[in-house]
Amino acid sequence: MTTHAPHTMLTEDDCPGFSRGYRLQHDKVREQWVIQAPERALLADPIAVAILQELDGQTRLGVVIDRLAERYEAPRDQIATDVLALLSDLTEKRIIRL
Amino acid sequence: MSETSHSNKAGRAEHTIPAPMSLLAELTHRCPLSCPYCSNPVELERKAQELSTEDWLRVLEEAAELGILQVHFSGGEPMARPDLYTLISHAHKLNLYTNLITSGVLITPQTMKRLDESGLDHVQLSFQDTDGPEADRLSDFPQVQPRKLEAARLITQAGIPLTLNFVLQKANISRMPAMFALARQLDAQRVEMAHTQYYGWALKNRAALLPSRTQLEEASRYVAAEETKGGLAIDYVTPDYYAERPKPCMGGWGQRFLNISPSGHVLPCHAAETIPSLTFDNVRDHSLSHIWYHSRAFTLFRGTDWMPEPCASCARKEIDWGGCRCQALALLGDASQTDPVCSLSPHRHLIDEAIAEAEKTNEQVFIYRRMGQNTR
Repeated sequence: MTTHAPHTMLTEDDCPGFSRGYRLQHDKVREQWVIQAPERALLADPIAVAILQELDGQTRLGVVIDRLAERYEAPRDQIATDVLALLSDLTEKRIIRL
Repeated sequence: MSETSHSNKAGRAEHTIPAPMSLLAELTHRCPLSCPYCSNPVELERKAQELSTEDWLRVLEEAAELGILQVHFSGGEPMARPDLYTLISHAHKLNLYTNLITSGVLITPQTMKRLDESGLDHVQLSFQDTDGPEADRLSDFPQVQPRKLEAARLITQAGIPLTLNFVLQKANISRMPAMFALARQLDAQRVEMAHTQYYGWALKNRAALLPSRTQLEEASRYVAAEETKGGLAIDYVTPDYYAERPKPCMGGWGQRFLNISPSGHVLPCHAAETIPSLTFDNVRDHSLSHIWYHSRAFTLFRGTDWMPEPCASCARKEIDWGGCRCQALALLGDASQTDPVCSLSPHRHLIDEAIAEAEKTNEQVFIYRRMGQNTR
C-alpha cells in the first residue's frame, strides 16, 4: 500500500494509548515482542517496545519523553523526535488512539 | 516493523520446525446461510460430532503454550455455539488475540454485549454483496443485508475493530467501488476483497463464479484506485487461476498455521480433509504440540523433500512451496503434484479450460451448501 504523510501529528501534550484490538505483547515462545493487531502480529523493534511500554492513555508524552531521555541518557530532542514520529505514524494506522 | 518471523527456540523436531502463529478454530459447520462458495468441506460435520466446551478450553491452553498468537473463531457460524463467549473469554485470559469470523446474522444488542464483555479483540464480518437482493440470492437467506448492516453498527458502537470481508465472483465485481464505500461508511478499519478460491463447494460452482480476465483487470483497477485514497487497509486476495505462479499454500504446509475442525481434527489448512491419502490426528487423542511437530499429516508436505519436478529444481520452491496441495488433489487427483495453476505444470491447460468454460457460462445456477446432500 502507498505510504501517506500522517494527517495527525502528535504533541507532547497528548496522552495516547493503544486502540481496542491492538496491544504490545511478549511472545515467550519466540522470545520477541509483537504488536497484536487485527489478523496479524507485527514485530516490534527494541526502540518501539521501549516507547510503547510507557503508554497508558493517561500520561502526557512530555513526561514519557523525559523518562526515556533519562533512562537511556540520550539527548531529549532526539528522543522527542523519535517518539512523536513513531506515535503519529501508529495513530494514522489507528493502532494508537488519543 | 515487519510481520513476525518464524524463529523458534526449544529442541528435537522443535529445533527446525517453526512454531505455529495462528489457529483457525472451526467451532461448528452449522450455519444459517448456504453460500455456494463456502470454504467448509462438502461433507459437513454434524452437531453430535462437535468438540465439547472442555475440549476447546484445553486446546486453547495447548495452543498458547505451543506459540499460537492469534485464534480465529470461525465455522460455519461460530455464534451458533452457545459456549462461544466462554471460549473467547478463556483465550483472552491466555493472552491469545481473539478474532471472530462471522456472518453477523446472530449479532443482536444482547449477544454483542456478551462478545464485548468476553474481551473480543476483532470481528471479521462477511458480506456477499452491497446489493440486498443479490446478497439474499448468494446466501440463500432472506433479508440478510439489513441484519449484516445492523451487526456492523453494533460492532463499531462497541468500539471493536471491524474488517469487512467480501467474496468476489463474476456477478459482484462491478460493485467493488460500492463495497469500498460501504466499508468506509461503516467505519471498518480493514476490508478483505477475496476472490473465491475454488475448493469444495466453490469448485462445484466454479463455472458460475469464476470471473473473466477482463473482470479481473477491472477488479485490480478498483483496488489500485482505492489504495490511493488511504485510511482503509485493503487485503486483496487474487484468484490464483489467473496467476503465472501458484499461491504459497498457507505460507508453506505446516509452517505457520493450523486448523481444527468441529470434531477436533487438526489440519494444515481448512481444505486438507479433501486429501484421501491423509489421516488427521484428533485433539481428543493427542496434544496439539505432538500433532504439529510429529503427525504424518503435517510432516508429509512440510518443507521441500516431498516435491516432484518442476518444483524440486525450481528457484521459487521456498517461495511458492509447490503451491496448494488441495488444488493438486482436486484437479489432478494427486496431492503430491505441482499445483496446476503454475505455468510450468504440465497440467496448466486444465486451468485454462476452466477459465474458458466459465466465460461461456452466463447464468448463475448454484449448488448451495447444505448438510447431508452430498456423499462421496
